[in-house]
Amino acid sequence: MHTQEQFDLIILGGGAAGLTAGIYASRAKLSTLILNEGMVGGQMILTYEIANYPGYENISGYQLSMSMKKQAETFGCVIKQNITIDQLDIQGEIKSVKLSNGNVYTSKAIILATGGSSRNLNVKGEDEFKGRGISYCATCDGDFYTGQDIIVVGGGNSALEEAVSLTKYAKTVTIVHQFDYFQAFEHAVEMAQKNEKISFILNSTITGFHGDEKLKYVEIKNLKTDEISKKEIDGVFIFIGYAANTSKLKSHIAINQYGEIITDETMATNVPGVFAAGDVRAKKIRQIATAVSDGAIAAVSAIEYVQK
Amino acid sequence: MLMTNLEHVESAAHHKEVLENNENVMICCGRMGPMCIPVYISMEELREEYPNVKFMDMEFDHPEAYVIRNAPECSGFMGLPFTMYYKNGKVVKATTSIQSKDQIVNILNEVF
Ligand SMILES: Cc1cc2nc3c(=O)[nH]c(=O)nc-3n(C[C@H](O)[C@H](O)[C@H](O)COP(=O)(O)OP(=O)(O)OC[C@H]3O[C@@H](n4cnc5c(N)ncnc54)[C@H](O)[C@@H]3O)c2cc1C
Repeated sequence: MHTQEQFDLIILGGGAAGLTAGIYASRAKLSTLILNEGMVGGQMILTYEIANYPGYENISGYQLSMSMKKQAETFGCVIKQNITIDQLDIQGEIKSVKLSNGNVYTSKAIILATGGSSRNLNVKGEDEFKGRGISYCATCDGDFYTGQDIIVVGGGNSALEEAVSLTKYAKTVTIVHQFDYFQAFEHAVEMAQKNEKISFILNSTITGFHGDEKLKYVEIKNLKTDEISKKEIDGVFIFIGYAANTSKLKSHIAINQYGEIITDETMATNVPGVFAAGDVRAKKIRQIATAVSDGAIAAVSAIEYVQK
Repeated sequence: MLMTNLEHVESAAHHKEVLENNENVMICCGRMGPMCIPVYISMEELREEYPNVKFMDMEFDHPEAYVIRNAPECSGFMGLPFTMYYKNGKVVKATTSIQSKDQIVNILNEVF
């Protein structure tokens, strides 16, 4: 049987921003529901070790997210994870969210905290060789490539830092990057350039993955000359950044050219009663501390809106 | 020891015993890492929905985890976790790297 339930506030997304908003709103006695597609914790769960979140010298992303979840639940916040949103109606005074299981939830205000997801290359063979030569986590899978030749794709901080860390295991690391300059901080670039195991293929991208039960070689396209070459390789680690999760939201709300939600400093969007927080919104610094800050501000703004 | 709420496979002998005594078994063999944790959590959530399946985990670095690490079905696997599905003691499906809850549900419906 399908249920229909009403809350003061619905929060879409249970990462650092959504959970923080849940803590603030439930503590202020708003009936609050967090709906999360996937696992609560968001990108924090993808982080082995967090060393820059104030109050913890060192904590795993999983532990930090479970402690935020527990704190929100202690104040009465209802959290549903692994749900799928079927239909959203957020323009009117009453906001409504319909799930794929037929359940409908309504509220007076809504906070969009759907964060970001890692980008894939979206080329031939990428799905097929995931876990069979293609990886997105150096800490998880690095030791499978001990003494082997690997490629790291990307030119940001993650790509360059992970390339250096993978030299602990790999015989050689080739960084394939689409530009002839890096988006990473200067010190990360320097560390990679100084490392004797690391070489670079610039102005290039991977256009296909090939092998049998394991990855055997990749096709690399030079973006200046369009020339395609083959490179035999044991593994490829992909770190090409994150994109805002707004595919289900963008028809409802103002976004910028990168698909990120535009807010003012109170986290209000262009739609009354709709707020956004965390990595999903247009901003420069994407960290747990900034997501938490956004979540707190969005919750306070939503509380004021609901109690108006 | 894996910090999950799943039952753990403790040794090769235990693995054998579990397969002998249960028709449908899913074992996730991994570490407490970002690609493995979402799989354990999905398994914990699916226990109620699939009472006919025994959901367990096993520590990848346990010396006796060779029963999974060296299984022929895992040859070519280079991503944690290695997840095994057994029916009547036989491997009917094996996956490498993270899988979403939907992907796991699809496999459970297909093989059990
Ligand atoms: C590998 C890695 C390492 C990092 N290391 C650090 C670090 O050391 N320190 C640091 O401060 N920051 C770090 N970051 C960045 C930090 O994790 C993020 O900035 C922060 O967690 C973002 O939180 P968020 O709540 O905005 O979004 P997210 O964490 O992305 O959470 C969004 C949630 O919304 C869910 N969702 C998506 N779409 C929908 C939808 N349509 N409806 C409902 N729910 C949806 C997702 O499943 C997810 O759970 C790291 C990020 C990564 C990927």
